[in-house]
Amino acid sequence: MIPDQNLSYRSAFNLIIKRDLTIAFRHRDDIINPLLFFIIVVTLFPLGIGPESTTLSRIAPGIIWVAALLSTLLSLDRLFKSDHEDGSLEQMMLSPHPIFILVLAKIIAHWMVTGLPLIFIAPLLAVLLHLNENSYSALMLTLLLGTPILSLLGAIGVALTVGLKKGGVLLSLLVLPLYIPVLIFATSAIDTAAMNLPYSGQLAIIAALFFGSLTLAPFAVSAALKVSTN
Amino acid sequence: MILLAHSLNIQPLKNPKSNPVLLSANGLTCIREDRILFEALSFSVCSGDVIQVEGPNGSGKTSLLRILAGLSQPYDGTVLFSEQNIAEHSDVFHQNLLYLGHLPGVKGEMTAQENLEFTLALQGNDSSKAEETLEKVNLLGFEDALASHLSAGQHRRISLARLWQSKVPIWILDEPFTAIDKQGVTQLEQLFLAHAQRGGCVILTTHQDLSFPEDKVKKITLDYRFY
Repeated sequence: MIPDQNLSYRSAFNLIIKRDLTIAFRHRDDIINPLLFFIIVVTLFPLGIGPESTTLSRIAPGIIWVAALLSTLLSLDRLFKSDHEDGSLEQMMLSPHPIFILVLAKIIAHWMVTGLPLIFIAPLLAVLLHLNENSYSALMLTLLLGTPILSLLGAIGVALTVGLKKGGVLLSLLVLPLYIPVLIFATSAIDTAAMNLPYSGQLAIIAALFFGSLTLAPFAVSAALKVSTN
Repeated sequence: MILLAHSLNIQPLKNPKSNPVLLSANGLTCIREDRILFEALSFSVCSGDVIQVEGPNGSGKTSLLRILAGLSQPYDGTVLFSEQNIAEHSDVFHQNLLYLGHLPGVKGEMTAQENLEFTLALQGNDSSKAEETLEKVNLLGFEDALASHLSAGQHRRISLARLWQSKVPIWILDEPFTAIDKQGVTQLEQLFLAHAQRGGCVILTTHQDLSFPEDKVKKITLDYRFY
C-alpha cells in the first residue's frame, strides 16, 4: 500500500479546524448565544442577592464557574448534531483519516468558539461581582485550563446522545456530574488565591484533568460515535 | 474501453488490484426491529462489477450498503476486503472506499466550492481541482453561492462531484440518482461504466432501471420479509 501524502494528521486536523471555524463565523449564533447566556446568568446573581460586596465576592468564583458550565452545556449540542443530521459525520467516520484526530480537531474548534470568548469576558464580570483582587490570575488560569476540559468531556456525552431525537436533558444528566471535579478544584483555587495562599496544588490537579481528558476523550468520543451511527 | 475513461477524463486508480475480488460478503444477516431483513447473504464483488441492489422500500437495501461500508455491524456474518475483515482493518478499507449515503453531507454555511474542497481533502484527494470538478457536474457559476441557497439536486451534485476525482476502487452509493435530472443520470451512468472498466466496482441502490447493457450490471434483489 502506497502511503498517501495527503493523509497526514496535521492536514486532517487543520482541515476540520478551518471548516468548523468558517461555519461558526458564518453562523454567528454559535458564538454569541452561549456568551450572552454566560453574561446574563452572571448578572442575575447581584440582582437576586443584592449588591453587598462581601457576599458577592464570597460567591463570585462559584457563580462564574457554574455559569461557564451551563453555557458550555448549552453550546455542546452543536458539536456533532448538525454533522449527524446532514450526513457529514458519516463521511468523517469513513474517511481514511483516523477518526480520533478529526474528533480532536472538532472539539478544539468548539472550544475556540465557545470557551475562549468566556475567558476574555470573565474578568469584566468578575469586577461586577467584586471578586477579590488577588484572585484574578487564579480565575484566568483555572478558566484557561478548565474550559477545554468542559468541551472534551462534554463531547463524550454529545457523541453518545447524537443519534437520539431528544437528547438534550439526557446530555445534561450525563455530562454535568463529570464536570464536578473541575468545578470543585477551580473554585477552591480561586478561593485560596483570595486568601493570598499558594494555589498551585489545585491548578496542578486541573492541569492533570486537562491532559488526561485531552489524550483519552477523543478515543472515547470516536467509540461513542461508532455506536451512535450504527 | 480505455477510450471511455479517457473521454470522461477520470484518473487511473491509486492501487490497481491484481486480485479481482474486491469485496466479499459472507453469510450476512441483518435484523431490524425484530424483523429479519436478509439472512445468510453471501456474494462477492469483483473489479469491473456494477452491482445494483434492488427491492421494495424497507427491504434492507440501505442496511446492506451500510454494513458493506462498515458503518453498521451485521447481526451475523462478515465483510471481507482483500481477504481481511473490514471491522478489524478499517483503516486500510477506508483508504479504498467511497461511500455516499442518502444524505448529501453538504453544509449550508459553506459555498459549493468550499464544500467540495472539504470533501475532497477529507478523502485525501487533491482539493485544488474543485473548481473544474464543479464544472463537470454543471455547477459552473455556483462556486461562490452558499449551499443553503441551492436546490436539493444541486446539493446532490456537489456531493457526487467527488466521484470524478476519486481514485479508490470501491464505490458504494445509496440512491445516487435522487433529485438528479435525466441528463445528469446519463452522465453518472457513463461514469460508473468507466469506473468499472478501469478496474473499480460500483455497488448502488436505485429504483430506476439502469440503461446499461444487460451483461454489464449484476443485480441483488432483496425481498420484503414479514417475519
